Amino acid sequence: MANYSTNEFRSGLKVMLDGDPCSILDNEFVKPGKGQAFNRVKLRNLKTGRVLEKTFKSGESIEGADVMDMDMQYLYDDGDFWHFMEPNTFEQHQATETAVGDAKQWLKEQDTCVVTLYNGAPLSVTPPNHVELEIVETDPGLRGDTAQGGSKPAKLETGATVKVPLFLDQGDVIKVDTRTGEYQGRVKD
Amino acid sequence: MLKRAQLLAFLRDFFAQREVMEVDTPTLARASVTDTNIHSIAASANGDSCYLQTSPEYFMKRMLASGIGDIYYLGKVFRDGEQGSRHNPEFTLLEWYRVGWDEHQLMAEIEALIGLLLQQLDRPELAVSRISYRDCFIEAFNIDPHHCALAELQELAVNLGYPSWCNESRANCLDLLFSEKIEPKLPDGLVFVYDYPACQAALAQTKLYGDGALVSRRFEVFLNRMELANGYFELTDAAEQRQRFEEDLMARAAAQRSQVPLDNNLHQAMQAGLPSCAGVALGVDRLLMQLYGIKSIDRVLAFGWERC
Repeated sequence: MANYSTNEFRSGLKVMLDGDPCSILDNEFVKPGKGQAFNRVKLRNLKTGRVLEKTFKSGESIEGADVMDMDMQYLYDDGDFWHFMEPNTFEQHQATETAVGDAKQWLKEQDTCVVTLYNGAPLSVTPPNHVELEIVETDPGLRGDTAQGGSKPAKLETGATVKVPLFLDQGDVIKVDTRTGEYQGRVKD
Repeated sequence: MLKRAQLLAFLRDFFAQREVMEVDTPTLARASVTDTNIHSIAASANGDSCYLQTSPEYFMKRMLASGIGDIYYLGKVFRDGEQGSRHNPEFTLLEWYRVGWDEHQLMAEIEALIGLLLQQLDRPELAVSRISYRDCFIEAFNIDPHHCALAELQELAVNLGYPSWCNESRANCLDLLFSEKIEPKLPDGLVFVYDYPACQAALAQTKLYGDGALVSRRFEVFLNRMELANGYFELTDAAEQRQRFEEDLMARAAAQRSQVPLDNNLHQAMQAGLPSCAGVALGVDRLLMQLYGIKSIDRVLAFGWERC
């Protein structure tokens, strides 16, 4: 893997830090007028998701990480692994539960997700920002109660539970923002 | 752009009223600065290798040695490898020298300049504070930066989460600690930090504290925690200046940085006699950023580096 020097650090660049792949979020150039220049770098550890800050001397270089983001279609889970397919090559990848993480509650078969590969194996999975999912379980709808803007929990076909307005019923399809887990609206057929 | 034009006009007017003469020094020259951490951009002209100037200092000092009197430069300077929200490889510098003054008189003039500028813009007065470099370190770390052992500074740096700094030089460790832990906590307004460590003297005179600490008569000015200006009670001793330049070159060689030719014209001028004076360089783009609450230097430049 190539080495990257601090002046090549860009947000999104994937590098190795203390043995873990990290993604650079922010790179701030700091230099006292007469002093040594350094770079204050914010990175996200791609394994743990934790954000850390590190200061490098300008010109120092670190090893790049073999990390690649790819659009893949989610196929199914077999209980142990979640299976994804590259749409062009039809090559399949299996992701562990740790790699799938919180994304699993939003994964619907056929949906396209971003799978992050580290040394060729799935490291993490990012669901689409918005998904359309069917409500499979919720308290009966209370029509006429919409003015209060109350909400109730609803369980979706993928297993996630979100807060929805009271007028929605089992069988309704709703749009959810997966980044916040918030209800966005009802999808009319 | 209008605000920049107004600021430049204000600065020229300020110095005209105080009878400080504007000088227009070359930005392209055969010699350049030896400072280990300042990198000149190399160029070529008429078959000679030369450098875009990182500051007008050497030319201005040659003028001062010839007896020109109080002078200022307002124009472009160039520094390689500097790029960020507060840095651009080409920027506008205001540098001025006061003959017969010391650094404290010059600090008072900077305070007057900023005060008058704010008054003209109908802005409230700024808080102004002065603090010695030593007091900054005592407050933040309870150590005396002039006396403590290098190992102590390295340990502080490592403990703050910079393990790779365990072998750094005294000057670099002090810079790191200052930039990371002191600068962000400076008070609002205009802050003068003076009596920098002797290892960071550059072109300033040194003096002895009563307890034997050698400090440089150098100061830095911070405006709302942003480094704005750097000034000296200027070193006038040609032999000592020569020695510092040669030490710089050795440090550059050790850090595997390019060697630059020493400025013999400056050396000769200093041998002939540089009058006792104080000088300061102030970043005009940063002053604009602070005046109008702008976070990125690109937004005060007509064309930031990415668009050049």
